[in-house]
Amino acid sequence: MADGDHAVRAEGLVKKYGDKRALDGFDLTVRRGTVHGLLGPNGAGKTTAVRVLGTLLRFDGGRAEVGGADVASRPREVRRRIGLTGQYAALDEVLTGRQNLEMFGRLFHLGGRRAKARATELLDQFGLTDAGDKGVGKYSGGMRRRLDLAASMILTPDVLFLDEPTTGLDPRGRGEVWESVRELVAAGTTVLLTTQYLEEADKLAGRITVIDQGRAIADDTPEGLKRSVGGDRIEVVVTDAADLSRAAKIVARGGAEPVVDEEALRVHAPVADRVAALTDAARTLQDEGVAVEDIGLRRPSLDDVFLRLTGRAA
Amino acid sequence: MGTTLYWAVADCWNVVRRGLTHYQRQPVNIAWQLGFPILSVLLYGYVFGSAMVVPGGGDYRDFLMPGMFAMTMAFGFINTATLVVHDATKGVIDRFRSMPMAPSAVVSGRGVTDLLVACAELAILMLTALAIGWRPDGGIVGGLAAFALLLWLRFALIWLGVWLGLLVPNPEAAGGLFAVAFPLTMISSIFVAPQLMPDWLGAVAAWNPISSTVAATRDLFGTPVGAGDSWVEQHALLMAGVWPAVLTLVFFPLAARKFAALGR
Repeated sequence: MADGDHAVRAEGLVKKYGDKRALDGFDLTVRRGTVHGLLGPNGAGKTTAVRVLGTLLRFDGGRAEVGGADVASRPREVRRRIGLTGQYAALDEVLTGRQNLEMFGRLFHLGGRRAKARATELLDQFGLTDAGDKGVGKYSGGMRRRLDLAASMILTPDVLFLDEPTTGLDPRGRGEVWESVRELVAAGTTVLLTTQYLEEADKLAGRITVIDQGRAIADDTPEGLKRSVGGDRIEVVVTDAADLSRAAKIVARGGAEPVVDEEALRVHAPVADRVAALTDAARTLQDEGVAVEDIGLRRPSLDDVFLRLTGRAA
Repeated sequence: MGTTLYWAVADCWNVVRRGLTHYQRQPVNIAWQLGFPILSVLLYGYVFGSAMVVPGGGDYRDFLMPGMFAMTMAFGFINTATLVVHDATKGVIDRFRSMPMAPSAVVSGRGVTDLLVACAELAILMLTALAIGWRPDGGIVGGLAAFALLLWLRFALIWLGVWLGLLVPNPEAAGGLFAVAFPLTMISSIFVAPQLMPDWLGAVAAWNPISSTVAATRDLFGTPVGAGDSWVEQHALLMAGVWPAVLTLVFFPLAARKFAALGR
């Protein structure tokens, strides 16, 4: 396991709670300098995995290495190399943003003067300079998460664990957090991100591990995962429900099985020759007088991936 | 080993600084914490005072003051529990645990902060008491010894507070502890001497750990009170030392185990 390319490596991790196995032979490899998404439904083991890798939970089997240090035998070394941001912004609500960063800086053993200087730097980096001397209790959700990220970045960790960093944020707050994460990655930090939002994993992660029932059930790039579900599909939304079956026949002329959604007046079917199939279908629909609301090519989403891999919607 | 100890102390101090900054930013909190005992002093001292009988025939307000000090110390465990459960549910304790700091500082920092706050509370209460005419005549040494015994009780209850703070699910539940604590302080020698209660209740009150601290501090402050006949009342000073030690021996391991269990 001495491979220097990997920021995180876990092999066969097991974490038991009584008879229940929260992690049941979980494998994960995160390459240095990448954003790796850990995707799965509630209770799949995402948070447990992050808490084990972040030294917050002892595990019962397997082995794990973070930043080159063994998690079980050298947890303190691991703690010097990681930043961890949990599902709730772990901040002192009474203190100001600056006081929070200075306190955590001193507890990271920076010493008073360096802790102060680092706090100023981080407030600036995360766009919180103006709010720095306000109590965190007055911060918006997005500001809290950014301050939380800043606190995780005090020592410029090798690996940053983000456990559902945007859960509960409004779209603007999510955008702010995504922006900050992108900047951190551009500066060289490795990020392991857990999320329930497929869109989030798709936007940020270069590689995704899908976890279900404590095991990794897929590991690929977002594109690769989508490809594995099948290629592109042609999708037609008709104006009149009476036209649905005719439209279904037309989009499925390549011999594939069409999927009909009667509620949404929508049919779709897989296609091989993307553009040719689209123009052909558009022409035929027009020739046969089917009133079309919308027509287009659709790539499979991670939702489709999820449904396919686990048999459940995310 | 030397550096381990150094960081255990330094990290503890940094956690204490955080706790004290809270009071600096929200001075009203300490006023809230003191509001109840000060109100009790005024209510019991003035409203019921004239109707209250003190064994030995002393002034009720002189009798009441050491009880108020001890009650403030006793209720302190609710503050400890509330602050701990807040940090636990907000993820602050997890952040501390994910950092390369001394893990002990999370708890020791809480304890030292609470003891410093208890000193301030006692000082303010004593000044209030002096302002309304309380005149202890136990001398400086007696006064300091009483102060130390009160802090000793508060120290013991820190571990109860930490344990409960890690046990209860949310800050609201910690607030509910008041409903348990209030009767426990009533059935003690804080307000009324146990020998004036029905026998069975008086026995319970006399063996209440708080009663020993109250009786011992009354004695040290030089308040003339006829002590009850039971063994525990006759050995109040000894028991004011023993009870908090017993509480510490019980609740410190429970708190430490609960803290270690966060990693399980």
